[in-house]
Amino acid sequence: MKTLVWVEHDNQSLKDATLAVVTAAAKVGEVHLLVAGKGVDGVASQAAAIEGVGKVHVADDAAYEHFLAENVAPLIVSLMGSHDAVLFPATTTGKNIAPRVAAALDVMQISDILSVEGADTFTRPIYAGNAIATVQTSDKKLVITVRGTAFAKAAATGGSGTVEAVSGEGDKGLSTFAGAEIAKSERPELTSAKVIVSGGRALGSQEQFHALIDPLADKLGAAVGASRAAVDAGYAPNDYQVGQTGKIVAPEVYVAIGISGAIQHLAGMKDSKTIIAINKDEDAPIFQVADIGLVGDLFKIVPELTEKL
Amino acid sequence: MKVLVPVKRVLDYNVKPRVKADGTGVDLANVKMSMNPFDEIAIEEAVRLKEKGAATEVVVVTIGVAKAETDVLLTARAMGADRGILIQTDDEIEPLAVAKLLAKVAEEEQPGLIILGKQAIDDDSNQTGQMLAALLGWPQGTFASKVELGGQGVQVTREVDGGLETVDLKLPAIVTTDLRLNEPRYATLPNIMKAKSKPVAKKTVADYGVDVTPRLKTLKVVEPAKRSAGIKVGSVDELVEKLKGLGVAK
Repeated sequence: MKTLVWVEHDNQSLKDATLAVVTAAAKVGEVHLLVAGKGVDGVASQAAAIEGVGKVHVADDAAYEHFLAENVAPLIVSLMGSHDAVLFPATTTGKNIAPRVAAALDVMQISDILSVEGADTFTRPIYAGNAIATVQTSDKKLVITVRGTAFAKAAATGGSGTVEAVSGEGDKGLSTFAGAEIAKSERPELTSAKVIVSGGRALGSQEQFHALIDPLADKLGAAVGASRAAVDAGYAPNDYQVGQTGKIVAPEVYVAIGISGAIQHLAGMKDSKTIIAINKDEDAPIFQVADIGLVGDLFKIVPELTEKL
Repeated sequence: MKVLVPVKRVLDYNVKPRVKADGTGVDLANVKMSMNPFDEIAIEEAVRLKEKGAATEVVVVTIGVAKAETDVLLTARAMGADRGILIQTDDEIEPLAVAKLLAKVAEEEQPGLIILGKQAIDDDSNQTGQMLAALLGWPQGTFASKVELGGQGVQVTREVDGGLETVDLKLPAIVTTDLRLNEPRYATLPNIMKAKSKPVAKKTVADYGVDVTPRLKTLKVVEPAKRSAGIKVGSVDELVEKLKGLGVAK
């Protein structure tokens, strides 16, 4: 079976999310990659260096620069004549494009897989991760999105893929990119961080969120996350949100501060290796999943903890 | 311009799902069902477009059991939708088949905009809107946190990894809602009473001539692995020791 993997990148460098998808794809079959974008020579060579990769298809065209689904999906559909499966990371880019490809191929997509059980059988979470379904597809072509935290990352070096240029239909004229507002951060990226310090509504304000969470995160070399309540209250930007509707993370250590532990939040972090919870309410649901809990006032505990580290 | 809003009846988001002992699925007998939260946001956005004069009519459609009429179509009409369409079926319909049925509804209704929730909180697929866009050949603005209609197009601000992105789409278009698009209004009792007189067209899946045979077979459904019980520490010093033990603090 030949698989095609959507390479996630920003036209400059390949994103880590791709590496976990390569691991998943290798369990399904032979791994080919697709790099679509503008001025992507650098990304193509990074892609070719991933261990175990065969062909790297490169579509370099202004129409693909911002990965608009209307332009990219037809390109992928045309490549599916010679591939049996296409896999995307379950990032916002992957989730945006994959179903458009699936419908065009008349197949049901399998979203957010956690494991490959066989060539046509996969597991995936449903009901905010409260149940795990094993599903078997009867479709001839597979369209899959992969939960990055569920698969080990393939080695980024040691591969010797061959780069081959491909072209698609270019701009379909349905949509145009108008601009982006990307939050700048010196800290590790949330989905690939080893340690995450996450704050909830109990922080009380944006000022206190940054005054308490940021120094602790810096001490631990951690990424900063937030619960939906903290994001909705404006304490943190929305791309910090961890949960069913935000990002799914599984770091080595997840420190939940002032987060009660609603099921929607747990869906985004309960596969973390060690969960540490600091909360003043000892009955908060977060303590049911926490490996280490400390009950008390976060406004006293967090500065003291930062101080002592 | 007419706005079409597809909605889904799902297990209420406050209810903790229980996996059936025989591993065939999640137990939905005698539990509270409600409108999918992202779909409430979609209705709200459509109604706001109407209130601004940008939309002329809001049509809400659902595919599901007969009870969906009272559980979700009534709520949608009480929130301000003008009329409803119930495509009745007792089978579970996959996103691809839902998209095909909705494409038929779109051909009949000719909306200028279709607003869907970004995902349903039961199957967590996040597919239907994108699939519908593909089938109709329309542009898509997924995970929308802002929607602005103007002239021949719609400008959609999308929540993407790392921040926000804005795209301009030609009409007709598909928009899927993210949480921060708006705060849905409550259906008040007088509006629920009034909503009962707004029409609902009753259809069946067979009326649309769409093959809804499932492509995926669920072999089993299990509970996720339980985490072993943790410990509570009594002081910050103990916590610091634990963090050192984990190798994340020096």
